[in-house]
Amino acid sequence: MPRLLLLAIIAAAALAAPFYFYSVTLMTIMCFVVFACSFNLLLGYTGLLCFGHAMFFGGAAYVTGYLLKTTSLSTELAVLAGGAAAGVLGALIGFLTMKRQGIQFAMITLAFSQFIYFVFLQAPFTGGEDGMQAIPRNALFGVVDITSNLTFYYVVLAITALCVFVYYRVVHSPYGEVLKAVRDNQPRVESLGLDPEKIKLVAFIISAAMAGIAGGMKATVYQFATLTDASWPISGEVILMTLLGGLGTLTGPVFGAAIIILLNDYLAGFGEWALVSQGVIFLVVIVFFRRGFVGELAAFKRYLARRSARHGTAAAPGAKTAEARG
Amino acid sequence: MNASAAVLPRDNVAAGADNVLEARGLTKVFGGFAAVKGVNLAVRRGSIHALIGPNGAGKTTCFNLLTKTLVPTEGRILFDGEDISSLRTSEVARRGLVRSFQISATFPNLTARENVRVALQSSFGTAYHFWRSLRAVAPLNARADELLEQVGLAGSRDTPAAELSYGKKRALEIATTLALEPRVMLLDEPTAGMGHEDVEPITDLIRNAAVGRTVLLVEHNLSVVSTLCDKITVLQYGQVLAEGNYAEVSNDPAVVTAYMGGVDE
Ligand SMILES: Nc1ncnc2c1ncn2[C@@H]1O[C@H](COP(=O)(O)OP(=O)(O)OP(=O)(O)O)[C@@H](O)[C@H]1O
Ligand SMILES: [Mg+2]
Repeated sequence: MPRLLLLAIIAAAALAAPFYFYSVTLMTIMCFVVFACSFNLLLGYTGLLCFGHAMFFGGAAYVTGYLLKTTSLSTELAVLAGGAAAGVLGALIGFLTMKRQGIQFAMITLAFSQFIYFVFLQAPFTGGEDGMQAIPRNALFGVVDITSNLTFYYVVLAITALCVFVYYRVVHSPYGEVLKAVRDNQPRVESLGLDPEKIKLVAFIISAAMAGIAGGMKATVYQFATLTDASWPISGEVILMTLLGGLGTLTGPVFGAAIIILLNDYLAGFGEWALVSQGVIFLVVIVFFRRGFVGELAAFKRYLARRSARHGTAAAPGAKTAEARG
Repeated sequence: MNASAAVLPRDNVAAGADNVLEARGLTKVFGGFAAVKGVNLAVRRGSIHALIGPNGAGKTTCFNLLTKTLVPTEGRILFDGEDISSLRTSEVARRGLVRSFQISATFPNLTARENVRVALQSSFGTAYHFWRSLRAVAPLNARADELLEQVGLAGSRDTPAAELSYGKKRALEIATTLALEPRVMLLDEPTAGMGHEDVEPITDLIRNAAVGRTVLLVEHNLSVVSTLCDKITVLQYGQVLAEGNYAEVSNDPAVVTAYMGGVDE
């Protein structure tokens, strides 16, 4: 019951938010929440460090933008198409890289993303260095006008909620259980008659498609798509968000994305200092808060529970385990 | 034994399905160094068979070859008369030849029940169902709990494997392996690194688990070998040094020399 209540509060806050905060900032945060969720699915739950996730984000931004500019496809379908395109790209790249692990996998995905970046730089349809400008927000379902930022906020909110739900569903599915097992001990999974490479490939495709939806949303929020969206600093930023929020935690990406975007926004006026501060945060998190924001919070809660169990009533089931350990 | 190894597998099956697992001329070369050289091994159906030998003798490598974790440089492997030399690890496992590892192999962040459930999912067919809730695997819980109970882990059902004691981790591995209903279980040093108090329960556990199936195990603890095993194959320098029951092997002069010059047992 308290969980439902919490959900209701979050929903109410999300619905009211654009009346109190700048809606474009909120929408940017949501795009990166989806992007960070997709990334956490890989790094946090599969153990794969993809160092080129921007290729899915940026690639889908172009696909969505191109479809909206050249066809009368409705916005939500264009975003979905961007996700599908990224999923196909993910299937291809995943198929070629899934045998690799650890740092090798990171380097190969980086190489692929650099190659794709180069393709986007040269391809005529992306607008090269200038980017793809004036992407329209075609009517929702072909009928509802969503050109105003306030209305569009609710579209982005709905897509984000859907993506976060999908992310939750995958992590807490029978497949999610197997996925975590692969992350923990791949040879053992194989010895149990399952095919870890295929399992990881599925996660990679889901992750790529979700990153694509995030990119497609961003293209419609800003109404332009640029090379930056597909560049390696974006790949780095999503890693930072995921680690900051808490690797392999469910709500970590939400916090990580929000913190980084707000910080970038706040520090934008200071030029280079934005980068420097990011570097410092990164270091502090790596050195002191390995579990990330959500992970540390959970650890703190466990600590408190254990402490109160030790001092307090014998009724708590935690008391026994605490004693047994001590 | 040599006589039966010479006949064709088909005849072998017809002749009462003697050997459930056979290796012929098994060889593995690592960059010029032969870790396993021309090993012939025949594991009788329903037996508990031990593979022993000094450190570095090639026991784990043999296991890796038998379960296709490594590709043999030479030689054939027959499982129930079928040549499995060209299959992959997961395919071999699905056919009922399942191994455990020398280093503890649990899924540390999953609870004991989830550990077993992953194995159960292997044949249940939900391993790729990412759109369903965990209710889809709820029917497996009863079987998982039963297996945990069988290895004495009923009380640790919801404990993450990382928090289990070493002995319990090894028991969990056995439960996970049993979840596949293997016809042949390969256990790599199931009692290694255990205190005295843990060795006996695990030995009993293996004896119980072996009912109705075949077990091939690597074991350094000779008292475990002597009480548990029907047959022993001694490896040294990647080759079979001796074979027989405990009395035969322990009186074999070659084995005595190998062990005198080898590790203390
Ligand atoms: N992947 C590998 N590459 C190169 N050499 C290897 C490899 N695996 C094993 N070896 C070598 O093969 C030999 C046999 O190793 P193996 O692990 O099979 O021994 P073991 O009998 O299991 O020993 P232990 O009792 O210590 O577990 C050793 O000399 C080892 O160094
Ligand atoms: Mg070994």
